[in-house]
Amino acid sequence: MERPLTKNIHLNRPPLDAKEYEMAGGYLAVKKALLKMAPVDVIELIKESNLKGRGGAGFNTGMKWSFVPMGEKAPSTKYLVANADEMEPGTFKDRLLLEGNPHQLLEGMIVAAYAIQANTGYVFLRFAYKEAAKRILQAIKEAYEAGFLGENILGSGFTFHLHLHTGVGRYMCGEETALLNALEGKRATPRAKPPFPQVSGLFGKPTIVNNVETLCNIPHIINNGADWFKSLSHSEDGGTKLYGVSGNVNAPGCWELPMGISMRELIEEYAGGMKEGYKFRGVLPGGASTDFLTELHLDIKMDFKSVSMAGSRLGTGTMIVLDDRTCPVGFVHNLEQFFAHESCGWCTPCREGLPWVEKILWSIEQGKGSLTDLDLLEEQARLLGPGNTFCALAPGAAEPLQSALKYFREDFEQHIHQHKCPYD
Amino acid sequence: MKEDLENKNTTTVGLNEQERTAIDHEVSLVPYPKAACIEALKIVQNNRGWISDEALSAIALYLNMSAAELDSVATFYNLIFRKPVGQHIILLCDSISCWVMGYRVLYNELNKQLNIQFGETSPDGMFTLLPNACLGCCDHAPAMLIDDDLYRDIKPNELESILKKYN
Repeated sequence: MERPLTKNIHLNRPPLDAKEYEMAGGYLAVKKALLKMAPVDVIELIKESNLKGRGGAGFNTGMKWSFVPMGEKAPSTKYLVANADEMEPGTFKDRLLLEGNPHQLLEGMIVAAYAIQANTGYVFLRFAYKEAAKRILQAIKEAYEAGFLGENILGSGFTFHLHLHTGVGRYMCGEETALLNALEGKRATPRAKPPFPQVSGLFGKPTIVNNVETLCNIPHIINNGADWFKSLSHSEDGGTKLYGVSGNVNAPGCWELPMGISMRELIEEYAGGMKEGYKFRGVLPGGASTDFLTELHLDIKMDFKSVSMAGSRLGTGTMIVLDDRTCPVGFVHNLEQFFAHESCGWCTPCREGLPWVEKILWSIEQGKGSLTDLDLLEEQARLLGPGNTFCALAPGAAEPLQSALKYFREDFEQHIHQHKCPYD
Repeated sequence: MKEDLENKNTTTVGLNEQERTAIDHEVSLVPYPKAACIEALKIVQNNRGWISDEALSAIALYLNMSAAELDSVATFYNLIFRKPVGQHIILLCDSISCWVMGYRVLYNELNKQLNIQFGETSPDGMFTLLPNACLGCCDHAPAMLIDDDLYRDIKPNELESILKKYN
């Protein structure tokens, strides 16, 4: 099984420096793309590989790049941003790539910037990844020294400067347009779309924001081609995927596996199954803002389409397992408390609805709820849903709520009838 | 104690030279000074521990923006402190994986040992305890960050020796 993203990651030693990375085949894609390919050819190749964004939305990456204005009439200033604000609860995949092989991210960024002809780039890193920050700064320094960053890279005539921006803590910064506001020194509230960032993004200039894992795939596609990339996968989405499992399983962790591996294989084989004394009840397949799936769905493929057909989302591909000794109402309350706290307050349904949902869930968890509260929660989940807000925070928050009401309704009812949490 | 902290941290009213140099560098990387305001807040906070009203006004003046506008940014972000904090910041992850794996037991233990709740600073001024969204260590839950040090797979009985390192 090929593992292009993680083959050079060894957790028990420091990441490869620029020289070691080059010796392991690194920066070949920069040489190939900048010296032998036209920007449009790079975009076409990535489009053909069917690489889909790994941040959760799953949009074709080459397609996204192709919306950037090109040619003589295009603005001379454009930006490329790596979204390394990994803050989706239950998600710990980009950390591995950032700490494990920072040069791989830099190489992906240089090629991506060349494809859209952006001369400035930012890594937007969350504050909590302190070790990653040190390693990225070191890698940037080495890449400048080796001539892979800066003016006229490898004599190609292409210039790319890269900076690290560390955040000051807000889940909203993971949202593409809110991230751009944060980079501009503003409150991280989302922007109305259109215009899309590809046309008018950072400081009003064309900007591409890509997830870390997405960018790390780029060098490998340049080196090995679109067909090779598609062949790595068990599904129609190209490539491998970093999957993670956390919760009361025997071996929680993060693994690079073919896109489309089954949920059962992930939980039972890679994560070693449930801990002794715990039974599987459900799972959030791709982070906090995805709908619950249950035992009935264990055999679905973990790719964008299959998970979506089952009624949830692949999201970040890092799943959180709910076991039979953990209260589903408390579980959802914890999620909604997070979303209520992290709402930026820009849109009313999110600002007002989420704290309301959180309070109702808490009263049910305390045994003080009534059956009409369940109707209220269902109504709120609908009002928080797609179409009522600028960004996906509220619809994301509605997903675990609406699916918990569907799959774990008897637990909610028990809390109400027994006037206490049956799990206490 | 709280007053002591405030006195200690507000002795420099304007920006000092070191702060100005660091802010100048950040301003040189962006199209207009205001765009560097989050970096400026970080620089001053790293130096002084928190952002007092005086510090906020000084930064705003330096970046040619109103103090109210800068405060709207400062109060938006979880980790810009507009109140005095202790010498060490404990960020305890309270997100879903750590919740499932028992962060509340750790919280109760911290609560007992330091006699503080979330948002409070210990009476000796050593620790401020804050909840924090997912630290990205879900496969090693529960997790917490003390200053720059990450602790994972924490057992409640380990907390005492962890805290001792900072005393």
